Amino acid sequence: MEFVYFLIETAIKVIVVFAVVMLAVAYMTWVERKVLGHIQVRYGPNRVGPYGLLQPIADGIKAFFKEEVIPEKADKVVYVMAPAIPLVASLSIFSVIPFGETVRILGREVKLCIADVDIGLLFVFAMASLGEYGIVLGGWSSYNKYGLMGALRAAAQMVSYEIALGITVLGILMLSGTLNLSEIVRQQIEGHWFVLYQPFAFILFLICMFAEINRTPFDMPEAESELACGYNIEYSSMKFAMFFMAEYAHLLAASSLVTVLFLGGWDGPWLPPGLSWVWFVVKVGLLAFFAVWVRGTYPRLRYDQIMKLGWKILIPLALANVLFTGLFMVV
Amino acid sequence: MLNQYIGIVFMGGLAVLVAGVILVFSHLLGPRRVDPVKASPYECGVLTIGPTHETIPIKYYIVAMLFLVFDLEVVYLYPWATVFRDLGGFAFVEMLVFVFILLMGLIYVWRKGALEWE
Repeated sequence: MEFVYFLIETAIKVIVVFAVVMLAVAYMTWVERKVLGHIQVRYGPNRVGPYGLLQPIADGIKAFFKEEVIPEKADKVVYVMAPAIPLVASLSIFSVIPFGETVRILGREVKLCIADVDIGLLFVFAMASLGEYGIVLGGWSSYNKYGLMGALRAAAQMVSYEIALGITVLGILMLSGTLNLSEIVRQQIEGHWFVLYQPFAFILFLICMFAEINRTPFDMPEAESELACGYNIEYSSMKFAMFFMAEYAHLLAASSLVTVLFLGGWDGPWLPPGLSWVWFVVKVGLLAFFAVWVRGTYPRLRYDQIMKLGWKILIPLALANVLFTGLFMVV
Repeated sequence: MLNQYIGIVFMGGLAVLVAGVILVFSHLLGPRRVDPVKASPYECGVLTIGPTHETIPIKYYIVAMLFLVFDLEVVYLYPWATVFRDLGGFAFVEMLVFVFILLMGLIYVWRKGALEWE
């Protein structure tokens, strides 16, 4: 019987998290357009609903009723499947992210985390790498020169920054001694946020994160001014929208990961344990806003600069960070 | 303890389901007006010249190979970092030697010019 309750509890948590994430993804598009608009001294979407708040819904409905164009030479099966891969991968990441303190609902201890697994961090990285396949396959299968170039650039850029990202996280692992994300948060609540111990890793992680999710200043795979649109150039209707959704889901997942690893997860003053998840949402929201802000501020790097930064600067710096963390811990 | 993984299966399953529903519905709802020009590769209105899947620059292959080597290095470091607190100084020195050897590899490919993109 206990097992049945557990299944029901898990199913409810999955549905709630899924709905919230999808809603957040839809409104991230609104936030991005609105904030970028104001940064560039214009209004952004303001026609559909008050403050343009219904814009994401209008966009979604429009995308559903648009024609699906499939290029005749495209690899049809891969072409159709490719947009689903990054979306599924980035949504799966949320299943290991802990959102808040354990709460009591109907006499049951409910962990605010869908799957509190011991290999949480490894799972996140595995899923993040899986998302790359969608972009590469999408660009390759649409049989388009721009698409192929975007896909190649995306592949090379993402794998390069994945190494630096992996090394950066080592500092956190050395401090916490676990891959379990809720355990990492708990240690920060008892001690201090890891950003205080690892400020350097925090900055490196943010840089690598922007490269991993292909955001400005690392938005090479899309590079509107050179590749027209990059890997998703041949995509239309909802398939194009799915790539977009995946991108924002990835951004939110990455922000959640930064919150969990460096910013103490749901740790914060004033709120009772039952509402601790509010702090989590606030932190993720601020990080997502930061990403939009960066996009509105910095120009795109050149491709050779991106590769140089990844291999020649970030990897040695990340290794140095591990070295100094180790030295401090041993001595 | 393995029960925890059910959540991941649920989440992944729901994501696959929703992605599938989106694909099917946009296929059913959208109009279909087949046109040979529309189905040709899009290059901002200019007809495409030559084969589309052209030869891929060798640089990308080199990056892929380097990635395999260095990512494996990172994967080796993970279990070490996780138990580092309990192992202490000796493990630190051991890992220094391991990373040093791989750092030599990085310096080698660097000097050979494999990381140059001009």
